[in-house]
Amino acid sequence: MTWAGVLVLAAGTYAMKAAGPLALGARRLPARAHELTTLLAVTLLGALIALSTFASGRHLALDARAAGLGAAAVAIALRAPFVVVVAVAAAVAALLRAVA
Amino acid sequence: MRSSHRTILRDGVAIGLAVGTIGISFGVLGRAAGLSPAMACAMSALVFAGGSQFLAIAVVTAGGGVPAAVLGGLLLNARHVPFGIALVPMLRGRLALRALSSQLVIDESTAFALAQPTPELGRRAFYTVGITLFLFWQAGTAVGALAGGALDPSAAGIDAAFPAGLLALLVPQLRTRQARVAALAGAAIALAATPLLPAGGPILVAALGAFVGLAVGRR
Repeated sequence: MTWAGVLVLAAGTYAMKAAGPLALGARRLPARAHELTTLLAVTLLGALIALSTFASGRHLALDARAAGLGAAAVAIALRAPFVVVVAVAAAVAALLRAVA
Repeated sequence: MRSSHRTILRDGVAIGLAVGTIGISFGVLGRAAGLSPAMACAMSALVFAGGSQFLAIAVVTAGGGVPAAVLGGLLLNARHVPFGIALVPMLRGRLALRALSSQLVIDESTAFALAQPTPELGRRAFYTVGITLFLFWQAGTAVGALAGGALDPSAAGIDAAFPAGLLALLVPQLRTRQARVAALAGAAIALAATPLLPAGGPILVAALGAFVGLAVGRR
């Protein structure tokens, strides 16, 4: 990695983060457009959850992370607080790895 | 979902501890990939999007070259455009404030903010989580880059904490059939694309899931 690489990645990432808040921040977005971007955000969060659970580089893998997510889903269904959900997922994944 | 400011802070610190641990491993791997401590810390402060930082140093370590590393990181980060737009109602204020706030637009701050019942609570959640995670990420990176050391976040299951936390934040946003279909379609498309596309590609095509949601899930 070079300083130029770091700075280009930083500038490009900032431009994408700031596109909404800076370009639209003072204006109201049409209701329809706001609805669509919120739906897009929900879609991308779903994709991120799937990728961080099942992707390992360019391969798909069913490992301790999936067990952790399953345990988290049970905790969420039982209305456990956020901290508990996260702790349960980490504990289940760690336990499985320790046993394996 | 959760409404009190204290709950948001507690949840933010919980995920912040996980972020700090991952930051340490970024610092360690960054040094191994040839970054100076200053460069690793600058990357965490200026880019502040962990996935793209790991991706960039992985590409460089694998001999892919700096331009490919930067391009992969930027593709992976394109999701911040819709995130930022979805946050607009919560990030009103002076131009300088909006400019600074934009740096705090990350997966977790977006998920926490959108999970709140009102824009006012969403705004609080955004700043609480954004600032907390920024501090933990910088501290973790500095510790890892300067002290190095053998810390394996996956042994403690830290890597499983992130999808779990995001799921807990996503669930309250799945009130409509349209949202549920879109989130599932996004997940399915991302996984299907993983073996086919280079890093950064799957999350980009997953955006198409929103249109599946629009088409299928009226109501």
